[in-house]
Amino acid sequence: MAPRVGVVVFPGTNCEHDVVQAVEGLGGRGELLWHGDSSIGAVDAVVLPGGFAHGDYLRPGALARFSPVMDAVTSFAREGGPVVGICNGFQVLTEAGLLPGALQKNGRLRFLCQPARLRVTSTRSVLTEGAEVGDELVIPINHFSGSYTCDEETLRRLRDGDRIVLRYLDNPNGSVDDIAGIANESGNVVGLMPHPERASHPLLGSEDGLVLLRSLLAAAGARATV
Amino acid sequence: MRFQARVEVQLRPGIADPEGATIERALPALGFEGVVHVRAGRSFSFEVDAPDEVAARATATDLADRLLANPVIEESRLELELLGG
Repeated sequence: MAPRVGVVVFPGTNCEHDVVQAVEGLGGRGELLWHGDSSIGAVDAVVLPGGFAHGDYLRPGALARFSPVMDAVTSFAREGGPVVGICNGFQVLTEAGLLPGALQKNGRLRFLCQPARLRVTSTRSVLTEGAEVGDELVIPINHFSGSYTCDEETLRRLRDGDRIVLRYLDNPNGSVDDIAGIANESGNVVGLMPHPERASHPLLGSEDGLVLLRSLLAAAGARATV
Repeated sequence: MRFQARVEVQLRPGIADPEGATIERALPALGFEGVVHVRAGRSFSFEVDAPDEVAARATATDLADRLLANPVIEESRLELELLGG
């Protein structure tokens, strides 16, 4: 059976259909999950897509963590379920405490909407296990608050645990250590600022996001057959 | 008893503040000289019903730490004042 990927919709989310489309293009099944529901049903993976959850009021992601669905997402993540936060979803994961650190306003206060050159720096995650360390990917970014920040102790733990999964080649937003994406300790929760779903078809100018989404589907599929 | 709370949230010292830096860069064009170390922040106000000041302070501090500020990058300062009387 096709792996089922739940895509969470908060008020203000705007990339959910892109993610569903990309997932279904790879043979998965995408299902929209409403933020106000307290269950995520029987999905095999969860994506928190990009957008402006709850209008990004207060701080990006700050209010989304109180949405009822987040308790279910947190339990799913703690049981080892694959959870990926893209852009705003990454911000939600840090605010919810599922990933360490925070995403700050970009250096020089620039809103960035452009292709970003990335390097895969760890394959120890559900999003990168199908890639190779050193792979260079071009995937669009589209954010105002994407500058990854954390204290030195957290950075040391991320490095030592091989949890920095993607780095920018030309750090566009001032992120610490060129960080574009990180994973939790067990690698099943991943957050990244670039949008793999926007690099999923030749018409979009890049298919480099597919290797990441395929990895996620493989992790979801492994779970589906357990 | 009802208390007026005011919470000021600022980035922690050492955390880059692009907003403050941008404001600071604009100052010379407006004729301001000798103004340095601009830091941007936000302020929130709300009222708290509590039996006493200690309890009101505890509630407001908890609210500031868990929601208004992101402790990873921000710190908050609370001012509390008894209303009415």
